[in-house]
Amino acid sequence: MRTAFDEMTGSEGQIRPAYEALASWLGEVRPDVLDHRRREAELLFRRIGITFAVYGEAEAQERLIPFDVIPRILSASEWDLLRRGLEQRVRVLNLYLKDVYGKREILRAGIVPEDLVFQNPVFRPEMNGQRVPHDIYLHVAGIDIVRDDADTFYVLEDNARTPSGVSYMLENREIMMRLFPDLFARHRIAPVENYPDELLATLKSVAPESAPRDPTVVLQTPGVYNSAYYEHSFLADKLGIELVEGGDLFVKNSIVYMRTTQGPQRVDVIYRRIDDDFIDPLMFRPDSALGAAGLMSAYAAGNVTLANAVGTGIADDKAVYSYMPDIVRFYLGEEPILKNVPTWRCREEDHLAYVLDHLEELVVKEVHGSGGYGMLIGPAADKATIAAFRAKLKLDPKGFIAQPTLALSTCPTFVESGIAPRHVDLRPFVLTGRDKIRIVPGGLTRVALKEGSLVVNSSQGGGIKDTWVLDK
Amino acid sequence: MLSRTADNLYWLARYVERAEYLARILEATQRLTALPLAYVGETNEWETAVATAGCSNAFFAAHEEANEHTVVDFLAFSPSNPSSIRSCFEAARLNARAVRTALTVEMWEAINGTWLELKRFGNKPDSREEVMRFLQWVQVSSLRYDGSAYRTMLRNDAYWFSRLGVYMERADNTARILDVKYHLLLPADEHVGGPLDYFQWSGILRSVSALTAYHWVYRESLKPWLVADLLILNEQLPRSLASCYENLEQNLDRIANAYGRQGPAQRQARAIRTKLNNSRMDDIFQSGLHEFLGGFIADNNNLGFAIGKQYLS
Repeated sequence: MRTAFDEMTGSEGQIRPAYEALASWLGEVRPDVLDHRRREAELLFRRIGITFAVYGEAEAQERLIPFDVIPRILSASEWDLLRRGLEQRVRVLNLYLKDVYGKREILRAGIVPEDLVFQNPVFRPEMNGQRVPHDIYLHVAGIDIVRDDADTFYVLEDNARTPSGVSYMLENREIMMRLFPDLFARHRIAPVENYPDELLATLKSVAPESAPRDPTVVLQTPGVYNSAYYEHSFLADKLGIELVEGGDLFVKNSIVYMRTTQGPQRVDVIYRRIDDDFIDPLMFRPDSALGAAGLMSAYAAGNVTLANAVGTGIADDKAVYSYMPDIVRFYLGEEPILKNVPTWRCREEDHLAYVLDHLEELVVKEVHGSGGYGMLIGPAADKATIAAFRAKLKLDPKGFIAQPTLALSTCPTFVESGIAPRHVDLRPFVLTGRDKIRIVPGGLTRVALKEGSLVVNSSQGGGIKDTWVLDK
Repeated sequence: MLSRTADNLYWLARYVERAEYLARILEATQRLTALPLAYVGETNEWETAVATAGCSNAFFAAHEEANEHTVVDFLAFSPSNPSSIRSCFEAARLNARAVRTALTVEMWEAINGTWLELKRFGNKPDSREEVMRFLQWVQVSSLRYDGSAYRTMLRNDAYWFSRLGVYMERADNTARILDVKYHLLLPADEHVGGPLDYFQWSGILRSVSALTAYHWVYRESLKPWLVADLLILNEQLPRSLASCYENLEQNLDRIANAYGRQGPAQRQARAIRTKLNNSRMDDIFQSGLHEFLGGFIADNNNLGFAIGKQYLS
């Protein structure tokens, strides 16, 4: 593995232009000041209650994500490239979803194998031939981006179900502005604070045709015990919409209502942060207490918009991911602007053979996994772990894909030993409305705080940073 | 607003109010039991405290004997008692989290700060001083929450539902403490007890933070019928039944006006308030204080059900 590309010092150790002001500031500021600010930030996070839950840790029920006070900076031209790439990617994901649940042209053309779709547990047969309002499936997407040099951005993962993290993008900025007014004065940073407005405009634009001019939008949460509950309440608050749970909704004559202190009120758009499986106990999991019985009938009748649509998992599946470059070419006749990380599909025999031979140098992921659980990082694993994984892989090759261990770029990060480079990724959020695609300049930068670690997931010791896009 | 949101706000306010009340009972009991026996008599004040908190059954299912140790533990710290101060604050925070969007930042910080602080007190402080500090802190926390609600909330239905919670809980608490000690509160023409009862009466007043108020209102030494008058009929005292119902009626009317519709809850609150307004202490003693309070607690519960049915479900 070669030395990683550092976003501040590049490959040759020369400060890159976007980082000039930050580098000179880092030269001036004393470490104890940084440490003090870091603790202040933690206090703010704790007081505001920005916590998340880690599943399987009963005692640490609410934890803070470590916040790094050194921002990650993208230049205007880097962002411009990213923005165009993200728009293209999400436009294609929407076309693909419409096609897979509609005419299936891409399957007939043999671009994506049929069994990958139809035998996939996240494929929703209920959605076959079902029109969704304005043909939009993917209203809110989180696209995970990594890079390994100055010019190339890779999509690491598409998140097309209920992507989270946007509250951190917004709160990180607020906290940075409070802690480092001086540093802000030295930069011209594109704002992100209009994200809630953009989200609301997007959600309103996709209301069913039959909805009133000012449609009623709600945010549906699984409840306070969900790991992203803080974000749900945060967004509902910023959007000025009700935060509903399954029990607040009911369906009558294929119309969705919420129970209010003034009686039933009709609901037109549900920004749902609850998985497909739990949406409607009549359709999916009968044991679900989180959903609303009959919701799917209202959806089928076209009386309510679900954002995202049901069944979008078939677009962000890791096995489908490997076909994305071809999917882009198929629908748009364009070359993908954002690259795909080369991916071996273990379902194919020659790929599997290669993967089994090279486990020490590859990252192997579960096709349906997320959150960094159940993956193997070859170069970091010991022999026993690799052997155990090899057995798992042979048992169910279809369940896995493998990728080369990317030398993810690094950013200066404040750690115990001082300021040191740490690996990062980026999750920008892409909103698709009836009128247009909206992307606020920025996203959530996640950082692997352990030296050399490539795992940025908050559930596995990752931290977060504010992400600055410089204005031209 | 969502019925669930209103329900959460209502219960959040109730839990915080209850925590404060429990702290006051414990504080008053600690004072009483510190006096020489000759001043307070042979009753087990710790047992009385449990009765006043309305959880005798649960307590004696868990403990054989009511003493300082078991009662302080049960009413203040026990996680298995759903009405302990700790459980109240935890339930309050859980409700608060569920309605973050309906709270102001100040309210959230008050309740979240309280919850964080609660952990610092641990399972149970080991000294009386520390318990005292804890009880003081509970009252300050409740004041802080109530004050931030009062000073920062929009005056709309969210605020009114939250106020309903405060006054429903308060009316219930005041009625309960009177009912446990009703035998000490005798009509004017009865023989007035010695110093023994004096400390009991001041104990009652202390637990509803009305000792100073008593002196301002009556400018007299403690008389049991006046203590009853103050806590039941005097609208000036914020914890009196009359004051609670003045507020309940007012807040219910505001909701009805905003929604353009009166309902059973409004009618019931008005009926109870009219009954209080038309009562005189003499008549209440005549027909039995215990019966009166029992009737009131039942009426108050029924109003709770009516509010629940009309708005919160």
